Amino acid sequence: MAAEASTRETYGKTLVELGRQNKDLIVLDADLSTSTMTSFFAREFPGRFFDCGLEEQNMISLAAGLAASGKTVFVSSFAIFASCRCFDQLRLCLSQTELNVKVVATHGGITVGEDGASHHAIEDLALYCALPGFTVVVPADATEAAEAVRVASRTYGPFYIRLSRPKTPIIYPDSYRFTLGRAVTMRQGKDATIIAAGIMVAKALEASDALAREGTDCRVVNMHTLKPLDETAVFEAASETGAIVVAEEHLAQGGLGSRVAQTVAREKPVPMGFVNLGDRYAVSGKAEELLQRYGLTAENIKESVKSVVQRKQHRQAGRRPSRLSN
Amino acid sequence: MPGHSEASPKSMSSRNKFDLPVADLQKMAKKLRRHVITMIATAGSGHPGGSLSAADLITALYFKVLRYKPEHPHWPDRDRFILSKGHAAPILYATLAEAGYIPVSELATLRKLDSRLQGHTDMKSTPGVEMSAGSLGMGLSFGIGVALAARLDSRTYRTYVLLSDGECEEGQTWEAALSGAHFGLDNVTAIVDNNGIQLSGRTCDIMSLDPLTQKWQAFGWHTIEIDGHDFDQILSAYHKAENQKGMPTVVLARTVKGKGVSFMENNVAFHGKAPTPEEAERALKELE
Repeated sequence: MAAEASTRETYGKTLVELGRQNKDLIVLDADLSTSTMTSFFAREFPGRFFDCGLEEQNMISLAAGLAASGKTVFVSSFAIFASCRCFDQLRLCLSQTELNVKVVATHGGITVGEDGASHHAIEDLALYCALPGFTVVVPADATEAAEAVRVASRTYGPFYIRLSRPKTPIIYPDSYRFTLGRAVTMRQGKDATIIAAGIMVAKALEASDALAREGTDCRVVNMHTLKPLDETAVFEAASETGAIVVAEEHLAQGGLGSRVAQTVAREKPVPMGFVNLGDRYAVSGKAEELLQRYGLTAENIKESVKSVVQRKQHRQAGRRPSRLSN
Repeated sequence: MPGHSEASPKSMSSRNKFDLPVADLQKMAKKLRRHVITMIATAGSGHPGGSLSAADLITALYFKVLRYKPEHPHWPDRDRFILSKGHAAPILYATLAEAGYIPVSELATLRKLDSRLQGHTDMKSTPGVEMSAGSLGMGLSFGIGVALAARLDSRTYRTYVLLSDGECEEGQTWEAALSGAHFGLDNVTAIVDNNGIQLSGRTCDIMSLDPLTQKWQAFGWHTIEIDGHDFDQILSAYHKAENQKGMPTVVLARTVKGKGVSFMENNVAFHGKAPTPEEAERALKELE
């Protein structure tokens, strides 16, 4: 079992580090600071931390007012409340104004687990990616989360960074440096490419190892920045490997899969597979149980890769598909 | 938001640049109302009623109370005026023009393609516009952020937020009210343009707000009730708000929707309808 670390705990510590460097950095939370770990910042800088209570809409517009007055504002809550609960405020006060507010949400996806469907943020990426001007990042591990938060703090404009509730496998060494909008090729490969974000990157690596044992040479790309998308990496994956699987902890519509598919369709159509939650809500359960139940495992990725590789081969052989692939 | 400090004598920056007496404020308000009618008639769409009801409240701020420098819209010590009821954009644009932020001739471009004067206020387009608005209920939250920043930076500017009474139906307005009181912000003044009418009817018929004063009091605000068309009362209320310590103040201004144009006054139809050329002519005659 690989070593694990918590992206939200790393976030909390990184905020303190940034708070020491920038006296104009302000942090807001909506009564979840002991879960989002902004409590670390609150303890160190009580004068620059404001708990907005259960007022997510107020919090976003208030953050805009602070940002319009020269502050760099970090806003945290659970991903579900930081997206669905305040979308109109995100749209008018942050997207249309391009103000310097960083929404860093924890508890993304279904790995929230036992709290159930009301708390599973699986539409958040679609919503944020729909907003012009927003940069959207889903880090793959704690190291990348810290780096993404640092880069966001020194990059003007609105950001959405989605973190997780449970600890996740460590993928990167401390020396890792994050470049906004530039995907990381984790493994080279020529038969197919898995493009993944967040917790699905570790699973993509696992799937790639299993495929290698079966003789399939699979590229793995960590697409940590959903917006702006690294279209060059997508184009290269399509041109050089001829088949793509996109894996994400999100509904089928509007997230990474949709974004990659748009680029592929426009630039270099190749067979694609999608590993995601489809068009349905999940239920209560342990994170690992839910990932199994809803098809977000390394095994699911592996099967999808085999399917797209087969379709690629059929296409190369000039055979027409006899039915729709799933 | 970019901004730079300036070494100017305090006496220069601590006063309103016009400081008009009441008689001149009345004349200015009439002039602004004329701009509103002309602008909306020229554009062929817009919201005259709520611009006319707020005209006196805004005139008093820009020509007697607020400290600002039109040549430096981002002067960090400027007092902030935040128009939460973004559909009243025409009265704000007219005011910004007469205050020196934009040329008066530009008012004719309202709502036209490539104009800096968007249908609802857009802070990125228009110098002097502090907040983008149009979806109701967000301005007080924004203003509380601006007021918190003043406190953090030990700046003495004040923040004024103008809301409609209809906006008090938005839940976010009350979230903001809670937080303004919770943070003890005495550097923010909310002003409710209580004209009693919203888009489709009288506020008391659509969604009753009464007793509005007691609601604000219950949320921890110092309340002042005035006639929103009486400059002595308006100025006195702003002055009292400035001197209230430890809690925010809301000025509940009883106003008349469409004020100043007989056939628009208390007329629901003119919430969001442009006057025809003939109606505009009659209106301008009444506002001479």
